[in-house]
Amino acid sequence: MTDDDRVFKALADPTRRFLLDQLFARDGRTLTELESELEMSRFGVMKHLRLLEDAGLVVTRRSGREKLHFLNPVPIRLIHDRWTHKFRERQTSALADLKHQLEAKSWQRQKQSK
Amino acid sequence: MATAEAVKVTTQVYRVYIKASAQSVWEAITKPEWTERFGYGGRAEYDLRPGGVYRGHSSPEMCAGGAPPVAVDGEVIEVDPPRKLVQTWRMVMDPGMAAEGFTRLTYEIQEGKDGVSRLTVTHDLAGAPKLAAMVAGDLESMGAGGGWSWVLSDLKSVIETGRRMAEA
Repeated sequence: MTDDDRVFKALADPTRRFLLDQLFARDGRTLTELESELEMSRFGVMKHLRLLEDAGLVVTRRSGREKLHFLNPVPIRLIHDRWTHKFRERQTSALADLKHQLEAKSWQRQKQSK
Repeated sequence: MATAEAVKVTTQVYRVYIKASAQSVWEAITKPEWTERFGYGGRAEYDLRPGGVYRGHSSPEMCAGGAPPVAVDGEVIEVDPPRKLVQTWRMVMDPGMAAEGFTRLTYEIQEGKDGVSRLTVTHDLAGAPKLAAMVAGDLESMGAGGGWSWVLSDLKSVIETGRRMAEA
């Protein structure tokens, strides 16, 4: 398996995405904190965390007696950079901005016509 | 659980695997001829001994945009080439971030058997919420760059291919 395969495989599971969402909301959590958010055995959560760590999406650090889990966004960035260049990114965001502006306008018009 | 909630973790951890020796990665971080080739593109100035000065100079592009000559300053705390570098780090380019004071930054490089090195960047951002947002890449749409994940992704690209991501 390549590094990218591991990342995609890790992201393919909703429980693992949920764990990443938890770390995105608040980074540096212990296993106990993470498993309290899930209806799953400790072993299940550990298995998911191990897969996330193997994919490089989670990095653990020791802090005293605790093992803290951190979200590492670099592998996702590497995948992102593979298919989007900065130049294209600007164009895409310009198009996204235009879409938002037009939608906001049409929404205002709808409101006024009511 | 209550105590865990009360203690707000303000550390950010980033990790990237680079197909290069630990020495190459060390040089890419500490030598100006390397640091000007990736990320924000400024030349780094390091006096690599405890208490030594660190200055992250603004790139010509940043200077043209009105940035001061030094964008980041700090002090070297621990040097163990090519494995570990600990330093303080303060963004002086933005007055709001400068007012948050010095943060602590740790680079750790571990060379594997297969010629792949693991670079871990740990940024302790206690008391620096503005800087934390910037290095997390939250201000990218405002032109403040993509923070550590962007810098490290670019660093990997420059070391492995000799080119920046945007040019790849």
